[in-house]
Amino acid sequence: MNKNMLKIDWLILPLFGIAIVIGLWAISSATWANELPSPAKTWEKSKEYVLDPFAKRGEMDQGILRFTWHSLVLVAKGYALALLIGTPLGFFLGLSKTFTKTFDPIIQILRPVSPLAWLPLGLVLFLSAGKQASELGALFTIAVCAMWPTVLNTAVGVRAIPQDYLNVARVLKLSRTKTLVKVLLPAALPYMFTGFRLSLGIAWLVIVAAEMLTGRPGVGGFLWQEYNALIYEHIILCIITIGVVGFILDRGMSLLERRFKTA
Amino acid sequence: MAFLELRAVSKSYATDGKRTEVLRDINLEIDRGEFVAIVGYSGAGKTTLISLIAGLLQADSGRITLNDLDIVEPGPDRGIVFQTYSLLPWLTVYENVYLAVDQVFPNWSPAKKQQHTEKYIALVNLSPAREKKPAQLSGGMRQRVGIARALAMDPQILLLDEPLSALDALTRATLQDEIGRIWEKDRKTVVMITNDVDEGILLADRIIPLSAGPGATLGPELVVDIPRPRDRTAINHNERFKAIRREITDYLLDSRGRQRVTVSKKLQLPDLEPEDLWAPRSRAELRGGPVRRATMRRETVEI
Repeated sequence: MNKNMLKIDWLILPLFGIAIVIGLWAISSATWANELPSPAKTWEKSKEYVLDPFAKRGEMDQGILRFTWHSLVLVAKGYALALLIGTPLGFFLGLSKTFTKTFDPIIQILRPVSPLAWLPLGLVLFLSAGKQASELGALFTIAVCAMWPTVLNTAVGVRAIPQDYLNVARVLKLSRTKTLVKVLLPAALPYMFTGFRLSLGIAWLVIVAAEMLTGRPGVGGFLWQEYNALIYEHIILCIITIGVVGFILDRGMSLLERRFKTA
Repeated sequence: MAFLELRAVSKSYATDGKRTEVLRDINLEIDRGEFVAIVGYSGAGKTTLISLIAGLLQADSGRITLNDLDIVEPGPDRGIVFQTYSLLPWLTVYENVYLAVDQVFPNWSPAKKQQHTEKYIALVNLSPAREKKPAQLSGGMRQRVGIARALAMDPQILLLDEPLSALDALTRATLQDEIGRIWEKDRKTVVMITNDVDEGILLADRIIPLSAGPGATLGPELVVDIPRPRDRTAINHNERFKAIRREITDYLLDSRGRQRVTVSKKLQLPDLEPEDLWAPRSRAELRGGPVRRATMRRETVEI
């Protein structure tokens, strides 16, 4: 009985919700939205991309998972860069009041800038890189946009470390590095992971925009190309793929987050 | 010279530009191997006092010396057991104690460090829980870890900052007995801060009241000349115990009685009178409306 209830909770109800949305989509395409392909037609046109997900027929004509893979690789690089810069920056902000006073305003100004605004700057910055320019520009954009949640959450986490733990470090006369590794880092880790998770979400958002503008092979690039080629079914395929991948990334991060939960 | 000495120590805090004197003219001498209890009200400045001895805070004036050396910073020669346990929640019981051992005895071999750590975990009867995290332990067990950690550093003096005040009465009694047992074993110098007079008398050689704050200071000390080992049930009928308890309690109650608080505030009475045209007024008051004699009352209340 109880087990059945649980199954309803995590399987039947979500499936029901998805069915409702697909139903609305079907009705819309049949009535007011003439250009919107119906679910059946979308599946018909997308079949070859989904059933043979790793095929490579041409630079911009690949299986959907192969495209996803291209995007994920780029996201991974940009995300790693964001964490590498963001974590130490967050630590400095959390530890030093002067540092906070100096840099917090500029961070608050840069934080809300859209990826669409950063990308052209990224491309200009790496203009001399030639063929690599679009990749470096995209990396720059991902790193700059995805970094902020990590920076701010790390700073909050460091500031929220209880005085008790710092007192322990002082009484034991732990060295600076040892205090960092044994006390500050583990104490701030739960906050940092929240930042990491939000950053990953943003990195995934940015990649689509970056690929659209640079025309790189990937889910976003494919979406834009198919829009220009008037194959609207593939736009929906891309949207669903982007959503599912984002969902999986977020779930993966929260599993990790739970594993590293310290307090 | 006494082992630990406090000479005319004062400490005040500044909040919002207002200075509050917490401790005033504290004088204390403690000999090696003595167990001294300091009792006082919550918020009287007990934790401030122990933080000064630990070196976590600096006194505004006066001198604190341990072994004739000025205390300027915290260090492992003064083992401290915090009221809030202060265990690192991401480390196990063993790792929490080992961190201290590793830090204080860096030259020992890993095997010796491990053996030393195990010994102190066994001393507080926690060997079965050595791989557990603090969150999995009860309050009493956490505080045992705190005590094991402080003792494992082999400090010259042990500072106990209300170590048992967060525990329930039964656990508290068990741990009191355990602190007594451990102290009998190696007779370390101990300063214990507590808000429980009975606890102080049960464990200490000397008991000193700290008067109610602000500006708390130490009262006349009392030597607890009740022979050890002291039994917690038998001691309740001991005449000497009753006398000490009465004296300490009376002093503490008196010290609070002397602290009178006066509150003075402006009363806003209802408008019954016509406006007082002769009253001097400032520009601010002109904007605030008519001034009546009734609104200018002040009342002082003594609590």
